[in-house]
Amino acid sequence: MADTARTARQRSPLAHAAHRLAAATRASKGAIRLAELPLLAQVNVRLDAKSPAADAVGLALGLQLPLEPNTVVHAGEVTVVWLGPDEWLVVGRPGTQRALEERIRAAAGDEHVSVTDVSAQRTTLLVGGPRARDLLAHGCSLDLHPRAFGPGRSAQTMLARAHVVLVAREEPRAGFWVLVRSSFAGYLTDWLLDAAVEYR
Amino acid sequence: MARGHEAARPEPATPRPRPGTRRSPTGGRIHRQEPLTFTFDGKQYQGYRGDTLASALLANGVIQAGTSIKLGRPRGIFSAGVEEPNAVVQIEAPFPEPMLPAPAVELYDGLVASSLPGQGRLATEPDPARYDALHAHCDLLVVGAGPAGLAAAAAAADSGARVILADDQPEAGGSLLGTGEHLDWVAETRARLDRDPEVRVLRRTTVFGYYDDNHLLAVERRTNHLGADAPQNVARERVWRIRARRVVLATGAHERSLAFGDNDRPGVMLASSARTYLHRYAVVPGRHAVVFTTNDSAYPAALDLAAAGVGIAAIVDTRPEPGEWAERARAAGIQVLAGHAVTGTEGNERLTAVTVAPFGESAGQHQFAVDLLLVSGGWNPVAHLFSQSGGTLRHDDTLGTFVPDSGRQAVEVAGSANGAFDLATALAQGAAAGARAVEAQGYTARTPVLPAVTARPYTPPMQVFTVPGASGAPRFVDLQRDVTVDDLARATGAGLRSVEHTKRYTTAGTGGDQGRTAGVLARGVVAELPGVDVSALGLPTFRPPYPPVSFAALAGRHRGVLSDPIRTTALHEWHVEHGALFENVGQWKRPWYYPRDGEDMQSAVLRECRAARENVAFMDASTLGKIDVQGPDAGVFLDRLYTNMMSTLKVGMIRYGVMCRLDGMVFDDGTVIRLAPDRFLVTTTTGNAATVLDWMEEWLQTEWPELKVHCTSVTEQWATVALVGPKSREVLGSLAPGLAVANDAFPFMAWREATVAGIEARVCRISFSGELAYEINVSPWEAVALWEALYEAGAPYGITPYGTETMHVLRAEKGYPIVGQDTDGTVTPQDLGMSWVVSKKKRDFIGKRSYARADTLRPDRKHLVALLPEDPALFLPEGTHLVADSELPAPPVPMLGHVTSSYRSAALGRTFALALIKGGRERIGERLYAPVGDRLVPVTVASPVLYDPEGARRDG
Repeated sequence: MADTARTARQRSPLAHAAHRLAAATRASKGAIRLAELPLLAQVNVRLDAKSPAADAVGLALGLQLPLEPNTVVHAGEVTVVWLGPDEWLVVGRPGTQRALEERIRAAAGDEHVSVTDVSAQRTTLLVGGPRARDLLAHGCSLDLHPRAFGPGRSAQTMLARAHVVLVAREEPRAGFWVLVRSSFAGYLTDWLLDAAVEYR
Repeated sequence: MARGHEAARPEPATPRPRPGTRRSPTGGRIHRQEPLTFTFDGKQYQGYRGDTLASALLANGVIQAGTSIKLGRPRGIFSAGVEEPNAVVQIEAPFPEPMLPAPAVELYDGLVASSLPGQGRLATEPDPARYDALHAHCDLLVVGAGPAGLAAAAAAADSGARVILADDQPEAGGSLLGTGEHLDWVAETRARLDRDPEVRVLRRTTVFGYYDDNHLLAVERRTNHLGADAPQNVARERVWRIRARRVVLATGAHERSLAFGDNDRPGVMLASSARTYLHRYAVVPGRHAVVFTTNDSAYPAALDLAAAGVGIAAIVDTRPEPGEWAERARAAGIQVLAGHAVTGTEGNERLTAVTVAPFGESAGQHQFAVDLLLVSGGWNPVAHLFSQSGGTLRHDDTLGTFVPDSGRQAVEVAGSANGAFDLATALAQGAAAGARAVEAQGYTARTPVLPAVTARPYTPPMQVFTVPGASGAPRFVDLQRDVTVDDLARATGAGLRSVEHTKRYTTAGTGGDQGRTAGVLARGVVAELPGVDVSALGLPTFRPPYPPVSFAALAGRHRGVLSDPIRTTALHEWHVEHGALFENVGQWKRPWYYPRDGEDMQSAVLRECRAARENVAFMDASTLGKIDVQGPDAGVFLDRLYTNMMSTLKVGMIRYGVMCRLDGMVFDDGTVIRLAPDRFLVTTTTGNAATVLDWMEEWLQTEWPELKVHCTSVTEQWATVALVGPKSREVLGSLAPGLAVANDAFPFMAWREATVAGIEARVCRISFSGELAYEINVSPWEAVALWEALYEAGAPYGITPYGTETMHVLRAEKGYPIVGQDTDGTVTPQDLGMSWVVSKKKRDFIGKRSYARADTLRPDRKHLVALLPEDPALFLPEGTHLVADSELPAPPVPMLGHVTSSYRSAALGRTFALALIKGGRERIGERLYAPVGDRLVPVTVASPVLYDPEGARRDG
């Protein structure tokens, strides 16, 4: 009950832009899908990849923490994004951040591990549709061709003038996740909507 | 239906004239079913879709297209491409654009252009069009879709390699469009490229810059050619940022002119350009012509024009034995004057006659009455991009020009850009370069179908740059800059030898055309003058952009609100709805103050200050930087970073801290909250959040890797609301019934987990105003709910939202410095009067050693003090200097310091300022003087804590 009341009160950073994102999606006639994936659980994990904690945390999440730079690993509804040699972002369903945090802490035991809830630090934009790559290429200098940035790839890069975490979704047609700092989300949304004008 | 509608349309009252008396009835690549109307210099003309402005003007018998920049001489269309030096026009409608070469302007309906006396005019109204940019990556970028470029792309296509073929024309073909040859092959190759999904063909796209790591910039003109029909949502021009693993440059060659007397009259035209006008646009640019050449390439032009009905009076060839081509011309009934040269011309608005003499003699022997003089002084490879890439050029003595030599990047040059002016060689070079480029990356190249090219006769060209003429007749080298042989002679006469010097002395090659037709000619002229070897002279450096690129295109969509990111907090909409004006703090928009109807800034801020001091007020402090510091060594780490002790802080408590650089100067300040034995939350100033995190990471990664500490930014994980004022405890208590808010239960510099208005919160008793105050931290997802609950619960007390200006006044009244406003990187904590924040007990911390330096111990260092103007209404502007005497001595005037912050105080009922003053603390009570406007006003130095110095208000 309390949770329902809480969810009802929670307002995601791009709640105010939902109708504009939907309108741009409609106007593109299927070329582009833009939407906020609001309130996802996001937990930042720092640990020594060579310590026993790496395996233990992976086991607790049902996967292996990705060690290859700029990759992601999925297991069920949990996605783990490589952010650095000792840093990962664990993304899960809305409302699961506390459970994730506890699961990771419990698995790490006495090892030196830092677990930080950063769910509100960034929001997630879905950029999909057949022209998603072109849309992003207006402001992202990375090569997003499926050969170079297929499923399982991620990057920390600039989209327009905002720092983002970019994740290629499992199916190439499913598009991208763009994780952006909440304070930049309004700017980035304005930029994406303006870029989408070309694809009407 | 459409057809019937067309038929029903009444005929216009005046039948339109058949476009162009110089237009051949058939041929060309124009669309005769699409006539277009355009205006040039106020007169209306017709052309066709597929025309350029230049070809349409020529078709209408207009050849003069402006006057020259310095001498005002009439000038005509000289070329058929972007190299045009003369016909540089102003577009007036649909949108003003200055200085476009008419042969590069595609004709559209409603185009209005005018000729220019050398310089154009920028638009005075904002450009309504969209411009954008696109990043692209490829295995092979081919620049130029002429024969060599098409062959390169064809060899690379279907291999799986990602190929981009960029060409500046509306259709592929390059020089073949001008000669009318092998156009079937062009069409077939183009179709084949279109079928490969990994090949992208960019038309109307000029690659203009070649940078390191094979990064190239191009501009695509996407809707210019549509005129008023251009769709509003499509970017007019697009900048392509291309990262290519390999590059093949097939950029072709430009024909160059010759310097002979009066070589600038309208009617003088490059020979190949006249051929292009004939084949591509079905335009015959004159009725009677003389052809003046030093090489074979003008002969096919002469023969084609003769076949189209132009009377070729003579081919004047400087070579004594022009060879097989001359025989062919004679066989076609054309007179060839071997070993001759054109020495002068006549005519004003248009060429009327040409004088010819044996080469080397100035006296004329023949005069021909003609309206067209076709010139070919040889060919220059378009090596701009290759040169920009870092490639070197070498002088080819046979060709008499500079050709690409060794490259520095993964680039090859093919075709005439490489000096291969023969078609068969150009095709073969292109195909081989394309194949090599993709095979080097593991793809299997295909053997492209190339057209069968019949061998052509060849006689080597003769290297000629200048022709002696009648004395006094100017011999132009750079038509756009009005630079003559005599100008260059003056430069060399003044002792200049370097081409960089002669270029700057004469301006030859500095026009919008960048000396495309003039560059090598100028070099040749300079070399002839003092008798220097032209190959030793070299060429000036080529720099991007290759042609002029508009600032609008480069700016792209980074305009207006998108010019720079705007960072907002979760409460931003509330602030907007409640009339806040905003202050930019870095990229953040922070509420500055909330004026009510009729209020100016001064009265709004005084009202907000009174509310905070007398009742209750609240502010969005979410922009403060927040860093989560975790790990068993977190306390040790913070002890080393801050000047004061942090490891002794108890869980549940908060401490203010100052960070300094190694030089001991204040770098940032904020509060440190101990969340757990191994976990702290550090706040930073709004503008320094990222810098402080980088600073922490730098020390952890480079100096103290043994410390078990991790730092994670949580700036946006928390929304922070400052609740300030004597009534703040009541407001908080009413919303947090489970929280013991009494002073002894919840003391100053403590924090508590609590539920506020039903929201999980971390409440901190921190004050940046001296008043009883709380900072309530919640998830930003629930910040609006918290804020609205506070607004409602505080209403009985007149709760007032306040902005950064009020925050500044309140803190200044208490003498709290703002890092970056009251400090400037030269101020120590001791200078700020905060010796208490510098630990005497700690063994070491960043900056400690610097406090033993003589300079940081000087007694006359600038101290932060308050200033009270003796006139309590007088406002000292920030930045005002302070002097000791009421009369200014003769300069240099000794300055004692300056005002860093200045406000009107509601609580003090007067103005006051903070200032950094030499030996300020010893001057408290002294009178100093501040120049304000024309006056020196007296001020009194005071302790920086002007309000509630005993701190009685802190606990409510």
